[in-house]
Amino acid sequence: MKKLILATTALAMSASIAAAADVVRMGTEGAYEPWNFVNDKGEIDGFERDLGDELCARAELTCEWVKNDWDSIIPNLVSGNYDTIIAGMSITDEREEVIDFTQAYTPPDPSTYVALSADVDLGSAVVAAQASTIQAAFVAEQGWTLVEFSTPEETVAAVRNGEADAVLADDSFINTVAGMDGLVKLDREEAIGGGVGMGLRESDGELRAKFDAAIQSMKDDGSLNELIAKWQVSSQW
Amino acid sequence: MFSYCADPSTLEGLKWLSCYLTTGKHFGFYLSFLTVLGLLAITAPTALAFGFAGAAAARSRIAPVRWIGKTYTAIVRGVPDIAFFLFFVIALDQGFEWLRHKIKCPDWEDPIRQGSDFVVCQAAKLPLSSAPQWLHETYGFFLAVLTFAIVFGAFAANVLFGAMRAVPRAQMETAEAYGMSHRQTFWRILVPQMWVYALPGLSNLWMVLIKATPLLFLLGVEDIVYWARELGGTKNARFTDYPHGDWRIWYFSFLLVFYLAFTRVSEIVLDKIMQRLTHGQATTAGEAQRKAAS
Repeated sequence: MKKLILATTALAMSASIAAAADVVRMGTEGAYEPWNFVNDKGEIDGFERDLGDELCARAELTCEWVKNDWDSIIPNLVSGNYDTIIAGMSITDEREEVIDFTQAYTPPDPSTYVALSADVDLGSAVVAAQASTIQAAFVAEQGWTLVEFSTPEETVAAVRNGEADAVLADDSFINTVAGMDGLVKLDREEAIGGGVGMGLRESDGELRAKFDAAIQSMKDDGSLNELIAKWQVSSQW
Repeated sequence: MFSYCADPSTLEGLKWLSCYLTTGKHFGFYLSFLTVLGLLAITAPTALAFGFAGAAAARSRIAPVRWIGKTYTAIVRGVPDIAFFLFFVIALDQGFEWLRHKIKCPDWEDPIRQGSDFVVCQAAKLPLSSAPQWLHETYGFFLAVLTFAIVFGAFAANVLFGAMRAVPRAQMETAEAYGMSHRQTFWRILVPQMWVYALPGLSNLWMVLIKATPLLFLLGVEDIVYWARELGGTKNARFTDYPHGDWRIWYFSFLLVFYLAFTRVSEIVLDKIMQRLTHGQATTAGEAQRKAAS
């Protein structure tokens, strides 16, 4: 144990000699099309990749992308393993207590359902949602039967194989799966969530201001709307 | 990778498959096998060392050392692995950063804990935020090894503690009668003989360790199960050149074969080790070996 600690400190000391310009590490999930996903090359891609790169360019920051599991995405942010969360995370009061958000970069959008048949009675159905999302909280609040999965992909798979009757998720994600393998979008919307923003540590006010300004400038010149249209993630500003 | 892969939608059969299996994403998958094997190769001896230290401490004649050994095995064995991985790793990381912060930034005035945030000066970050991504991954890997070693070390300590007590008391008494010191009996009599009693328990632990590697992804290290889930998931033609349905069954079947083959190889190797250890021991198996040889 002692040796191991010594070895790390030695390693860390030698690494820290090469300290250089600040790098902003961008944390994302990489499993939520079209927001963020891993492309064929194994790189992070999607709306938030384009958006994040553009924001960094405008704020004149060097950014690096980091993949992290959704379950531990907030704990790893506050403990400093990366500096931002840019992972389709809706701004909620509950999350605001732990982290800070920039202004929203997509407007609040309704969440929708996808199921194998269009006449599912949600009250008696089993509804799948990704764990620790606004959708999971919503289903639980309604008193419906909720099954949670750690990735969005698994929620849809659960409906396909009959484990659940419907999935509740962001409309843009539902649109990527609706129409495939007999999955149909239900004629019902839930107005939950307050728009999607970047999450930052509460102590990182300066960085937040930079990203806020960059988002504002993208809103002002319409480039944000172009990106939203390109990836079909939400309604426009 | 191959020149004909430029437009996969026109390809079919084996040609398509050869392109599909050589995408950058798949290389991430292949690489993760090495990550897992590397993790096992480093973790197993480290955990054994932790276990040995724990067991030796637990039977120490000095009371405080004994308490440390006993507490270590009792607490770590009682905490669920996943809680350990979510909490302990972050705590460990923060502990390292806190130490470095104290050394490197003595004039820092802001509190380190601000609400739920953990803020240390830039120079104390581990690894530095300007460090390349591979260094971050190596650091995550190292934290994983340490955490696995602590968790499995506690189980190993318990196994070794039992094995040390299983060595026939007569052997120790004989050694003492020959005038060996306490330290000498421990190293020359007890330790060489205990392995044969410890091995069945340790081999169990090894098997569990092999299957515990998916916990790695909680630490940001991409392991084989993460990639199998990611690659096998339904792929929409909007986001990839290789659209396909839910292929997780194939990827996970492949993992099943890999794990089964791996445990089978482990079993064979462990059997060999057991045979060697049994040689010349005062156990039934050792006696049988002696009879067969003569």
